Amino acid sequence: MSTATATAARHADVPASRRVFDWAPARTYIQAAIILIWCLAPFYWMIVTAFRDVGYTFDPTFFFTHVTFDNFATVFDESRGNHFAQNLINSLIVAGITTIISLIVGVFAAYALARLRFSGKSLVLGFILGASMFPGVALITPLFQLFTNIGWFGTYQALIIPSISFSLPLAVYTLTSFFREMPWELEESARIDGCTQGQAFRKVILPLAAPATFTTAILTFIGAWNEFLIASQLSVDATKTVTVAIASFAGAQPHQEPYTAVMAAGTIVTIPLVILVLIFQRKIVAGLTAGAVK
Amino acid sequence: MSTEAPTPTSAKETLAGTHHMPGKESADRRQVTQGRWAYTLILPTLVLLGVVIVYPIINAIIMSFQKDSGLDPATGFFTEGGFAGFENYTHWLLQQCGSGPALGPCPPGTLGAQFWDAMSTTFFFTIVTVALETVLGFWMAVIMSRAFRGRALVRASVLVPWAIPTAVTAKLFFFMFAFEGIVNTLFGTQILWTGSEWPAKWAIIISDVWKTTPFMALLILAGLQLIPDEVYEAAKVDGASAWQRFTQITLPLVKPALMVAILFRTLDVLRMYDLPAIMTGGANNTTTLSILVVDQIRQGLNNASALSTITFIVIFLVAFIFVRFLGANAVDAATTGKK
Repeated sequence: MSTATATAARHADVPASRRVFDWAPARTYIQAAIILIWCLAPFYWMIVTAFRDVGYTFDPTFFFTHVTFDNFATVFDESRGNHFAQNLINSLIVAGITTIISLIVGVFAAYALARLRFSGKSLVLGFILGASMFPGVALITPLFQLFTNIGWFGTYQALIIPSISFSLPLAVYTLTSFFREMPWELEESARIDGCTQGQAFRKVILPLAAPATFTTAILTFIGAWNEFLIASQLSVDATKTVTVAIASFAGAQPHQEPYTAVMAAGTIVTIPLVILVLIFQRKIVAGLTAGAVK
Repeated sequence: MSTEAPTPTSAKETLAGTHHMPGKESADRRQVTQGRWAYTLILPTLVLLGVVIVYPIINAIIMSFQKDSGLDPATGFFTEGGFAGFENYTHWLLQQCGSGPALGPCPPGTLGAQFWDAMSTTFFFTIVTVALETVLGFWMAVIMSRAFRGRALVRASVLVPWAIPTAVTAKLFFFMFAFEGIVNTLFGTQILWTGSEWPAKWAIIISDVWKTTPFMALLILAGLQLIPDEVYEAAKVDGASAWQRFTQITLPLVKPALMVAILFRTLDVLRMYDLPAIMTGGANNTTTLSILVVDQIRQGLNNASALSTITFIVIFLVAFIFVRFLGANAVDAATTGKK
């Protein structure tokens, strides 16, 4: 910001013809290009490899060469014991239900935390924040035993319940920060017009809160979709999620890593997320940074 | 932000003023009903978190004081279950295996002998990755805060590593760090990256830094954007150099956001599992505390519970130090709202 203003100011009092080449913007562009390459090059390499013939796995050519769709066929080929389509469905079920439960429950707590005055608020928020930082391994040992005892081991609920431990705090925290910025005067107006607090919440606040809730849903879903530790320990073949499947993807030979197929699987899992994130870019950045800086 | 704040506040005050004139008494009563209403709304969240977090923790603590029954992998003797006292904890902290007369130091190679190595590996990863991410994240944030054409593109691109699942990131970097992979080809090196201790550690660190620096950069960027341009202009008029402006204005004003970002990332790396588990499986001294817990689950749940409780306490202590002594106050940041 300041550099641009300074540059503009410097240019203002020098006639265009006598302007010396200004290095400041060039330096900014070079550094921006480095950031761009650093962030996108590995992602680009995954896609290039996903479309490359197995025989040219380690071909260092930077462009798309030996393009083929075989790797995607391999991903869904079940003859080697992979069940990628089922894994995708499992991930959708686990991440989807986790997100829905977290939002339905979390939206009420967030409303109270953002809007109402009550004693013990910092304590509640501290507890919720602490919960979001809680290490997943500390849940796995007791849940491993519990789920084995009650016959839930390897079921969907055995994956959803521990996922809620991190997605619900995340949802509450993000929603609270969003809700604090909403035009609450409208709620007051509705109250003056004779609505009860509950009615004001349903009829005025809920529609207003929909975009914030949707953004939080995306963040929560991505978190649950990316979960690996819990799923790797508490799932069985039938409920295995995509992240676990990709980590243990079986190739043609037992000790040969099927790199191109794994990159294809990674591409399938990642592309929808990347598109979603780019469409809702502004809102997601606001959601990610909410709370930390306000 | 600060310029637009007064409008809604004053509007609300006017409304509140016309509406709550009747006196202090009814305001007090309203406070009480509001409190009750608030807890009614929060209750489902607290109950659910109680079920999914508090109950397992209590269960884990109870389990950690029980003996694992079965053959002791270290001594080969059969151990009965029952109350263990602090035996499971001394097993890890003092690296003692066996029980009763067979009690002795854990033989090399057993999980018990790996505790302090896992602890130091975890802290090594934490310190190095968080330091690198802070420096790189700050640099990215400063560049992204400048006005230039294509800024939106850069801001969008940093979200890409963040959106990729860690398991996919691990596989992607495992491929790039393969012996015939692109990293060795580009740099003309012949390193077995995941095959020996230090290259493996650096491969994991680089992957983690790639994946999570964007989060850090976005948090710092949000902090930078709260600093009004006029502050810099005034400092410039007063003759402050670029370095002075950075150390005297940028750093102190960004510090609250920066500390919260560092806190979040630190606690996240302390529980790191996915990257080393997938890239090396914990081989070559890349076993973190989380990996050690998971390995122990197959050998005895009660002992694993002791280890996971130790991990939890370590993370709790680090968080406590951050909040208490380094001023990373995430709760305050969330409760005070917009200034």
